[in-house]
Amino acid sequence: MILLRVIGMMLLLTMASLLPSSAAESDLRATIAKFATATNFSATEAVVRELAASGDPAVEKPLAALAGGNLYIRKADSQIFVGKESGDGIQLLDPLSGDKAAAAAKADLSKIKVNNGLRRTIRDVLGTLTLRAKDPAVRLAAAATMFKAPDAANIEPLDAAIAGETVPSVKALFDQARAASILVSDKPEADKLDAISAIAARGDRDALSLLTLTEAASQGAVKDAAAAAIGHINSTLALWDAGQNIWYGISLGSVLLLAAIGLAITFGVMGVINMAHGEMVMLGAYTTFVVQQVIRTSFPGLFDWSLVIALPLAFLVSALVGLAIERGVIRFLYGRPLETLLATWGISLILQQAVRTIFGPTNQEVGNPSWMSGSFDIGQLAITWNRLWILVFALLVLAVLLYVMKWTRWGLQMRAVTANRRMAASMGIRTPWVDALTFALGSGIAGIAGVALSQIDNVSPNLGRGYIIDSFMVVVFGGVGNLWGTLVGAFSLGIVNKFLEPYAGAVLGKIVVLVLIILFIQKRPRGLFALKGRAVEA
Amino acid sequence: MRGNFSTITKMFSAGVVAAGLSMSAPAKAAEGTIKVGILHSLSGTMAISETTLKDVMLMLIDEQNAKGGLLGKKLEAVVVDPASNWPLFAEKARELISKDKVAAVFGCWTSVSRKSVLPVFSELDNILFYPVQYEGEESERNVFYTGAAPNQQAIPAVDYLMSADGGSVKRWVLEGTDYVYPRTTNKILEAYLKSKGVPAEDIMVNYTPFGFSDWQTEVSAIKKFGSAGKKTAVVSTVNGDANVPFYKELGNQGIKAEDIPVMAFSVGEEELAGLDTGPLVGHLAAWNYFESVDTPENKKFIDDWHKFIKNDKRTTNDPMEAHYIGFNMWVKAVEKAGTTDPDKVIDAMVGVSVPNLTGGYSTMMPNHHITKPVLIGEIQADGQFETVSQTPGLVMGDEWSNYLPDSKNLISDWRAPLSCGNFNVATGKCGGKGTN
Repeated sequence: MILLRVIGMMLLLTMASLLPSSAAESDLRATIAKFATATNFSATEAVVRELAASGDPAVEKPLAALAGGNLYIRKADSQIFVGKESGDGIQLLDPLSGDKAAAAAKADLSKIKVNNGLRRTIRDVLGTLTLRAKDPAVRLAAAATMFKAPDAANIEPLDAAIAGETVPSVKALFDQARAASILVSDKPEADKLDAISAIAARGDRDALSLLTLTEAASQGAVKDAAAAAIGHINSTLALWDAGQNIWYGISLGSVLLLAAIGLAITFGVMGVINMAHGEMVMLGAYTTFVVQQVIRTSFPGLFDWSLVIALPLAFLVSALVGLAIERGVIRFLYGRPLETLLATWGISLILQQAVRTIFGPTNQEVGNPSWMSGSFDIGQLAITWNRLWILVFALLVLAVLLYVMKWTRWGLQMRAVTANRRMAASMGIRTPWVDALTFALGSGIAGIAGVALSQIDNVSPNLGRGYIIDSFMVVVFGGVGNLWGTLVGAFSLGIVNKFLEPYAGAVLGKIVVLVLIILFIQKRPRGLFALKGRAVEA
Repeated sequence: MRGNFSTITKMFSAGVVAAGLSMSAPAKAAEGTIKVGILHSLSGTMAISETTLKDVMLMLIDEQNAKGGLLGKKLEAVVVDPASNWPLFAEKARELISKDKVAAVFGCWTSVSRKSVLPVFSELDNILFYPVQYEGEESERNVFYTGAAPNQQAIPAVDYLMSADGGSVKRWVLEGTDYVYPRTTNKILEAYLKSKGVPAEDIMVNYTPFGFSDWQTEVSAIKKFGSAGKKTAVVSTVNGDANVPFYKELGNQGIKAEDIPVMAFSVGEEELAGLDTGPLVGHLAAWNYFESVDTPENKKFIDDWHKFIKNDKRTTNDPMEAHYIGFNMWVKAVEKAGTTDPDKVIDAMVGVSVPNLTGGYSTMMPNHHITKPVLIGEIQADGQFETVSQTPGLVMGDEWSNYLPDSKNLISDWRAPLSCGNFNVATGKCGGKGTN
């Protein structure tokens, strides 16, 4: 037994001494130590390049930490560590092995500064280093960075990587990165022509950027081929641009729809000129903020669900405030639009200032849950997740509202009161309560719109101000009292706006839309889809 | 009897009131106070930025009183709310000067509010300290500009982007909100870029309305403009509320600072407080002060601020530093003049030098602008800026831009014998007109 153990120990010892990394590792450590004496960005960059030149995948850890601003110098002994925030101090980790070292206070450390140039350099060198990484996603990212930063020196490692690559999508991107590198190398013309056709097949803006550079830098057949490819890409991109404008228009339309849909009830169905509508949206956004605050402090695991949790609460908060406004003020002012306008304007100011007093005048941070961040591509169209979800959500809200109006008893009463109040009252409907609940419903819907809008806009006391005019525009344009009109109005305004914007600019575009609406209202004063109702009769 | 009784009560209560007054503020009753006007919007759209400045002024006045006041008298803040309403700024300024008899006013944020109060200050001859970076093309006897002029922010920022450290930018997007500050600044920048040999097709200028929230088209246009094979950067004079949706859209469409950096002139720590800055790391801002600046003066200022506002999370920002400098300059000038009479203080102000928060001294120049260092910072994941570049010395504010044909011959010198804010050196006459 003892003998075995001794032999085992000896074996271990010999293995340790045979490991080739130890010598290289001490070299790496010596290089990393140079960070401590690098006083400016170019000196730091030189150290980064030296580390990258070693070709050792182990340098990925310290370089990634540096790019993320997490590489520190311990002031006491000028040692370099990767730092991780933990509580008040910073947990130090060995830059190569990742072993835990002592924690330290922030004051005892100095962070190694990085700037954009340095981050770019690190991204590029990491690209070369991670070509052979195990995770295909990392290899994909490596290929993408190498495509963007073509370098003749990349051809050889790419060739080796292509030979060993098994995942087809990664391999395709490797091929493109290789083609990009060939364009900047001194390879023969035939190779470059192949490379141009490989890159042109991508058809995106990155390819365009690369080909533009090639066209400017070369002569003869290569120049012509590049020019032809650029022309081709440009013509397909023009089509995609039109598609993109439509998508942007739909997305803007969905935001307008969300903001206006509550107003379509309070103004459209009930005929109340509710200037405090925007503030109901704002209250919904602040409810989201409060919900996220509570979740952040007490249940961090639920963060991705915060919006779902905030929805019913926002509806409730805004609906209750709406109910209070209707019972307290508006019910005394039915049939007196001017007074209603002034009173609700005053209420909007009161609500704004109240929120300002409670939460402060500055913006509040409402985070995006992970499923609402980032974007995905359909062809050359980049679609952001939050916009897509808002579109889905807006349509969903409209569908639910339509259902409530058409198929529920309450909706029937609501429509009855709108169509003929006295007849409805004679039939035993308590019209004052229908009024109150309808107003609460409209306000509540504005509140859930606030939850969605908190994802794309500021959460500040002024949030509602930005939407009130657009909302009225949508409702009036679409036809007062008609939810379908609101839908069509919102989307047509959104799309027209987004088609004008690239040519006329945002400021002029808005003016043109306003003028168009004014002209339209002259022709059809009741909007796209006119409906008979109290608002029209009044 | 009844009449007598009520007279006695009246006398008695008057006595109590008088006693109460003299007990609560003996110093006031004895020597009077010096009133300082604070003219910042506490409601309406600009409250988001200006409320903080009102608070920092109250803090500075408190601190000065704790040090024993000024000229042996206590300072008293008079706060009014112009409610983000430009004409109301003029009314409130008049009220502060004529009714409250303030010795100086600290206030305004937007250029249009400043333009609206200018006639009031020259008519009633009082002093305005204006703490925000602005477009220049102005120098008034009654105004002291403690924020940055374009050459103390915009020009050095562009210089940085053009340098190797900043990425040797060749193509420029000038993105701004549609009002006087971005339009004038962009005019100056366009002229400056062209003077540096940037061809017109490499400059794209775009404006959006106030409070703009749908940035999809603009951000994708930036992306498109940036894919011409030349290093591209965005110089943003987008104002206030529109910034959060702008940055959110940048993050969502995946525009990284390493590829297309955005250099902002109106985004400070306060604006970033409403944002998740993770996707924005590396985007830039140019200011004369960052909260992250590591000096003892700044540390004390931040600690005092947190104590005063009773919230450790509240940030500090550049306009706050401008008020800090402006207030200390005014205190020094009043001490130098020995009076708070605005006429004498205005003359005493020129040449006054006080410590700023970035470890140096700021001096009031004869053109009523001050000297400041220019810092370029990159946004960090914690919502702070990290200084990546700093001018080697102090930069003197240049009110009349040298890059605009209308104003390049103008200078300002409020010292006798010139005493002129728009002296034309070509014609030798006072009274030139700049752009806007």
